[in-house]
Amino acid sequence: MKKSLSTVLAAAMIAGLSSAAVQAKEVKIGYVTTLTTGAAVIGKGMQNAVNLAVDHMGGKMGDFDVKVIYGDDGFKPETGKQATDKLVKQDKVDFVAGYIWSHVLMASRNSVLKAGKFMISSNAGPSAVAGKLCHENFFSTSWQNDQNPMAMGEVLNQKGVKSLYVMAPNYAAGKNMVTGLERTFKGEIKGKDFTKWGKDAQLDFSAELAKAKASGAEAIFVFYPGKAGGAFMKQYQQAGLKGVLDLYTVFTVDSILLPKLQKANFEGVMGSFQTMMWSPDMDNAQNKRFVKDYKAKHGNYPPHYAAQAYDTMFLIKSAVEASGGDLNNMDAMRAAMKSANFPSVRGKFTYGNNHMPIQNFYLRQVVKDEAGDWTTKIVSTVFEGHQDPYASECPLK
Amino acid sequence: MDTTLLFIQMLNGFQLGLLLFLVASGLTLVFGILDFVNLAHGSLYMIGAFICASLTYIFGNFLVAMVVALPITALFGYLIERTVVRSLYERDHLDHVLGTFGLILIVDTSAHLFWGPAGLAVPLPVWLDGQVEIFTGVVVPIYRLLIISIGMLVAAGLFWLVNYTRLGMLIRAGASNRTMVSALGIDIQLLFGLVFALGAALAGLAGMLVSPISEASIGMGGEIIITAFVVIIIGGIGSMKGAFIAAIIVGLIDTLGRSFLDDIFKLVMSTEAAENSAPAVSAMLVYILMALVLAFKPEGLFPPKVR
Repeated sequence: MKKSLSTVLAAAMIAGLSSAAVQAKEVKIGYVTTLTTGAAVIGKGMQNAVNLAVDHMGGKMGDFDVKVIYGDDGFKPETGKQATDKLVKQDKVDFVAGYIWSHVLMASRNSVLKAGKFMISSNAGPSAVAGKLCHENFFSTSWQNDQNPMAMGEVLNQKGVKSLYVMAPNYAAGKNMVTGLERTFKGEIKGKDFTKWGKDAQLDFSAELAKAKASGAEAIFVFYPGKAGGAFMKQYQQAGLKGVLDLYTVFTVDSILLPKLQKANFEGVMGSFQTMMWSPDMDNAQNKRFVKDYKAKHGNYPPHYAAQAYDTMFLIKSAVEASGGDLNNMDAMRAAMKSANFPSVRGKFTYGNNHMPIQNFYLRQVVKDEAGDWTTKIVSTVFEGHQDPYASECPLK
Repeated sequence: MDTTLLFIQMLNGFQLGLLLFLVASGLTLVFGILDFVNLAHGSLYMIGAFICASLTYIFGNFLVAMVVALPITALFGYLIERTVVRSLYERDHLDHVLGTFGLILIVDTSAHLFWGPAGLAVPLPVWLDGQVEIFTGVVVPIYRLLIISIGMLVAAGLFWLVNYTRLGMLIRAGASNRTMVSALGIDIQLLFGLVFALGAALAGLAGMLVSPISEASIGMGGEIIITAFVVIIIGGIGSMKGAFIAAIIVGLIDTLGRSFLDDIFKLVMSTEAAENSAPAVSAMLVYILMALVLAFKPEGLFPPKVR
C-alpha cells in the first residue's frame, strides 16, 4: 500500500518535471480492478502483474512512456462504472483494461466504448460481450465464462463420470459456468444449488453439502472464486467427502488459495483437478520469465488473474507499437491486436471474430513443487484451439 | 422426503442459529441497554477471527488460541467503548450509525494493512477435523457439533448471567430505565463499558468459531451483521430470550429453505423455473419473516418489559 503510493507520487512528480522540460510522449492506460474488500487479493495480484509487465518493458511501449492509472471497483458495479468514467473523462486514458467481475464489466463497458476507446478485459468474460454485444474495440486476454466448464464437462465424460452434483454462486458468471458445463457433460446432473453471492455471500455450505451427499451423485462440480473457494474446500474436507464425492472445480483452486491452504495444511485439496487455459508450469520463454520474476518479488506463484493481466499489457504494447506514433490511429492498433501477435504466457493463440481468444484448455492438478510449495501442473490438453459458443451471435467479421 | 437428510439439515440450521445468536446477543445487549446502534459489531466479529487465527499459528492449537483471543477481543471492545462510543451516547441514532460506519472503515482498513488482503485460513486439531456418526446414516462433521455445544453453553451462561446475577440484574434494570439505575448510584459508565466488552467478546467468539469453516477475512463482518439485526428485530430489541429464539428460527428457516425449497417448487412449476427462483426466494425468507413480525408485532416476538 505504502510502496505503491510512493511510486505513484514519484511517478507524478517525474511526470510533472518531464512535461515541464521535454514533452515526452506518453500512453495512458486505465486499469480497473478490485483493490478494497476481501476480493482485493485478486486485484492486488493483477496490479503486481501489470507493474511487473511495465518493468519488463523498461517502462516503454514503442516510443511512448507507459503510465498506468488504477481504478478501484470495490467489488461493486456502480463503483466500477464511476472509476471507469473518471479514467475516461478526467484522466483521458488511451486504453481501459482490467475487470475481474462480469457484472462490473457489463456496467462499465458503455463508458469506454461510447467514448471511442479500447477496452481490454483481463478476466471477466460474460456471454453478452462475446455474442450480441461484441464490439470492434473490445478485446479479451482471458476466456468466455462458458469455456472452462465446457472443458471440465469433457474431462468428466472422459473419466466416465455418470452423475454429478453442481454448486455455483447465484450471479451472471455462476449461471454461465453451469450452462457451459451442461453444454458438454453427457451424464446426469442430480442436483444444482445456486448460493447467495455479493457482499453478504453465503460461505457456510453445510446444507448444500448434505444435499449433495444424499443425492447419490458420483462427483461434485463447483465454481467458487475468491474466499468462497477456500471456505468450500475446508467444509468439503471437514464433511469427509474426499473419496465419497470426487471434486472437480473451475476458478476455485488457484495460487491465491493454495498458499493459505498449505499454511493451514488442508491436504484435502491435494490432487484435485481443474481446467484452465494457463498454468504456472507452462513451458515458454515469456511464461518462465513472468512466473520466475513474479515469484521472486511476491513470494508465491502468480494466479491466472495475474497471467491474464500480464498478457493484457503486452497486447496493448503490440497495439501501441503498430500505431506509427499516433494513438488516434485506431484502425492500425485494432488490426495489430486482432492478429494477437505478441508473446503470450499461454503460448500462441488467435482471436475470433468477437475478439475473444481461440485457445487451448488444459486439465490441471494440484501438486507439490520441488520446494514443497503447493501449485498446479498441466496433466493433459482437453481442447485445442477452442472457440466460445457465442462467437456466431456476434455480427463482427 | 428423506428423514435422515431432514435431521441433518435441522442440525445444520440449529448450528447456524446458534452462531447467529452469539452475534445477535451482543448486539441486543448493546442496543437494548446502551441504546446504541453499533454497526461496527461486525468488525468485532472480524477482529475476533483474525486475532484467533494469528494466535492459532503461534500456539499451534485452535482451542488454546480461542481461549486467549477471547479476553483480548473483550479488551479491544472495551477500548473502543472508551475512546469512540462513549462520546456518542448523548447523540441521536443517526450519529451512532455514522460514527460506527466510520469505525467499520477504519477497522477494516487497519486489518487490511496488518494482516494483508488475503485472509487467514485456520487449521483445526486432527480430532476436530473428522466426522462422527450420531445415528445410522447421520454423519456430521465433529466441528459442527463443537459449535453447537459452545453455542448452547454460552446461551446457558448468558441466561444465568442475565437472570441470576447482580450484573444481570443491573443489565435488565438498565434496559428498562437507564436514568433510574444511575440515579440509584450505580456506576453506569463501568456497567456500559463491561456490557460493550461482553458484546465484543460474544461477537468475537462467533467470528472465531466461523473462521475454521470459512476463514478470517476482511469484510466478513458485513456477511453476518445484517442477519444479526434481522434476528434482534424479530426477537424484540433488548431481549436475550427473544434473540435466542429468533436466531434459532432464522437459522432453521434459512437452512431448510436452501435445502428443500427447490424440491417444493418443483411440485408446482417446471424444473428450470424452480431452480432459478428457489435461490432468490430462500435468500428472502428471513426478510419476509421480519416484515411479517414488524407488521403484526412491531415490538418483536419477546419485547423486554419497559418503563
